[in-house]
Amino acid sequence: MIAELGHFALALALVLAIVQAVVPLYGASRGEPALMALAGSTAIAQFALVALAFAALAHAYVTSDFSLATVAENSHSTKPLLYKITGVWSNHEGSMVLWVLILTLFGAAVAWFGTGLPPDLRARVLAVQGMIGAGFFAFILFTSNPFLRLVPAPPDGQGMNPILQDLGLAIHPPFLYLGYVGFSVSFSFAVAALIEGRVDPAWARWVRPWTLAAWCALTIGIALGSWWAYYTLGWGGWWYWDPVENASFMPWLVGTALLHSAIVVEKRDALKTWTILLAIVTFALSLIGTFLVRSGVLTSVHAFAVDPARGAFILLLLIIAIGGPLILYAVRAPSLRGGGLFAPISREGALVLNNLLLATGAATVFIGTLYPLFLDAMGGDKVSVGFPFFNRTFVPLMVPLLIAMPFGPLLGWKRGDLLAASQRLMFAAGAVVAVVLLVLLFASPAAVLATLGLGLAAWIGAGSLVEWSERVQLFRTPFNDTLSRARHLPRAAYGMTLAHLGVAVTVAGIAASAWESERIELVRPGQSVAIAGYDLRLDKVESVEGPNYTADRGTVTVTRHGSLVAVMQPEKRFFPVQQTPTTFTAINTDLLSDLYVVLADGDGKGAWTLRVYQKPLVPWIWLGCGVMALGGLMSLSDRRWRVGAAVRRGRAPAGAAADD
Amino acid sequence: MTRKRKRLLVVLLGLGMLAVASTLVLFAFNDNLVFFMSPSDLAAKGAPETRRLRLGGLVEAGSVARQADGRTIDFRVTDGNSAVPVVFSGVLPDLFREGQGVVVEGALAKSGVFKADTVLAKHDERYMPPEVADALKKAGHWQGEHPAAATAAQAKP
Repeated sequence: MIAELGHFALALALVLAIVQAVVPLYGASRGEPALMALAGSTAIAQFALVALAFAALAHAYVTSDFSLATVAENSHSTKPLLYKITGVWSNHEGSMVLWVLILTLFGAAVAWFGTGLPPDLRARVLAVQGMIGAGFFAFILFTSNPFLRLVPAPPDGQGMNPILQDLGLAIHPPFLYLGYVGFSVSFSFAVAALIEGRVDPAWARWVRPWTLAAWCALTIGIALGSWWAYYTLGWGGWWYWDPVENASFMPWLVGTALLHSAIVVEKRDALKTWTILLAIVTFALSLIGTFLVRSGVLTSVHAFAVDPARGAFILLLLIIAIGGPLILYAVRAPSLRGGGLFAPISREGALVLNNLLLATGAATVFIGTLYPLFLDAMGGDKVSVGFPFFNRTFVPLMVPLLIAMPFGPLLGWKRGDLLAASQRLMFAAGAVVAVVLLVLLFASPAAVLATLGLGLAAWIGAGSLVEWSERVQLFRTPFNDTLSRARHLPRAAYGMTLAHLGVAVTVAGIAASAWESERIELVRPGQSVAIAGYDLRLDKVESVEGPNYTADRGTVTVTRHGSLVAVMQPEKRFFPVQQTPTTFTAINTDLLSDLYVVLADGDGKGAWTLRVYQKPLVPWIWLGCGVMALGGLMSLSDRRWRVGAAVRRGRAPAGAAADD
Repeated sequence: MTRKRKRLLVVLLGLGMLAVASTLVLFAFNDNLVFFMSPSDLAAKGAPETRRLRLGGLVEAGSVARQADGRTIDFRVTDGNSAVPVVFSGVLPDLFREGQGVVVEGALAKSGVFKADTVLAKHDERYMPPEVADALKKAGHWQGEHPAAATAAQAKP
């Protein structure tokens, strides 16, 4: 009964979405306030309905109602409660319900927080959200009904893929979807602006917080996915250039570009058409990501289903959702008047460079990801594109971007002084030299590129600090004055400094992976493996019983120069329901490096294969992503988004260093 | 600078970026595309020299042998018509089993042994790598329905 209620709520949401897609748009074109205001109510009602449907599905999972097909296929009565809940979205049908839940959440948020928006803009934005919603509700109801009943109901479910039974992965999809779907708001704003034929700084000030929120969520989502792969798959990698990873990385790259170009629209009233295009492309890439992952053209942990009807439906959605706005863009974009002029060497110029490099980088990832599919579809060879391709295309494009990064914020709007900026960055150059010398002294000098990578990280990190110290006039005015400036600096400025520092931290983590060491050895209890100054002794391997698995658990004592560092317990688990073994790695971290131990196969005669990694700075990769997201959130909390955002604002007081 | 010249500059910069990217992509494609072959393909055409390949098929039953060092493993990948000996050093993925589908990546040595540095195995009972399924179909040894739900993950040494 509850499931049928959920199904009905989804159907009702589809109807509401269609109403929301049509009526407010008509109202906006005719200037009818009542019709325009309808969008707000339908958006909030839609969210309530989808929340109801989601709750109904969650109820079925928690109570193990195996008469529902998705529950029977993806759950099991012995599964721990936590994974019964997260199981709601770790399958195709449930994940699509989560998708629309977040979509309607954003729709409701626009309706709720957007009361200060011009009513016609708000109506049009919500109408576009309604169109997206209608497409996805139809997709769910016609091709992936989560409330499909099985008659007769099986006595128990088939269980959930054991490698998905993990806390990090459980929260990875919600964050990823918050990012993907969050970009739908910038997309809706862009399409609404094209319909209106008007883009101004006030528009940009409305778009930027939504983009920022989506970007933060996507950053966290990607980092969680990468972290999960690192500790679950058991071979120490953290990024594989797997098509599914690329699917989330492309919107992130273009979304990052959008984040920066929206600043130019807001501050300088320039780059309007480009920003609109980026907003469309970012969401288009999110949709393509959904298509790649959900249609089954890719086979990986994420591609839950191989069903041609779904693929065809998503492809159709994709064509409408991307083609329509692009045609509208082609018609309307030329009529959007460009604003402020700027010299090539200026803050705008630096942001254009940032955008071009990020967009080109995204394009190379796009080609590398889709070329094998394209070739296969054309009946050509079966090929795969892996690490070397991306290392030789994407990385060379990112290096100039990262080198140029500290310059941007030091250049003035309209016309910048490159020489003055370089002089200010002398401190950063000093930091680079210091880091490179330190690496040459203490680490193996063979890794030239990695050493330069660490230097680059130092350059970005020190460069961000230089920019901050310029703003607060560090050491150039009395200390109290500096302190007061630091207090009054807008949060957005701190946001940028933090986010750029986060990039430095991540780059350092990536570069340092060149110094990792690995040992794979067959040992008997009592024997040791030596790695990077650590001594790992396998004490024993015993059988233990988990909630829905059995495991061989190794106990490994780690010592360094004779003193105890840690006791680690890697496991090899076996899930009887799925007849599947999995690896449970033991990781010991001090935030400067990780020790990573995998208990692999035993030889049946009392010896076990241990795989051990020592990975310097690897936690920094995800730590940096966290700092980036924190910077985004900091910027999001800036008071200018809250105070009179709809009103055009004059320049802020000089003491607050108005521009950021 | 006039609006037109500014626009021209941005467009030129964009085109330049595109040219750089295309060059990078073309060169990288030239060297780094990894072709997929079945054991029969390898037997018929031979392997392109020094080129990285993916080889897919079933792990031949009874062919898996672990060498004394505990980390080097020999096995054979078969599609029913031909079989290729493979040597791999490292830890096999959890779901590597005799008689199951597998994709290995590496290069064919002169001796005819395929030296794999990556072994990809399915991560689900119901899953068969699509390349392997195709290769088996071509070799006429395909039996059993295509899986309804496919989940796979890769593993490296």
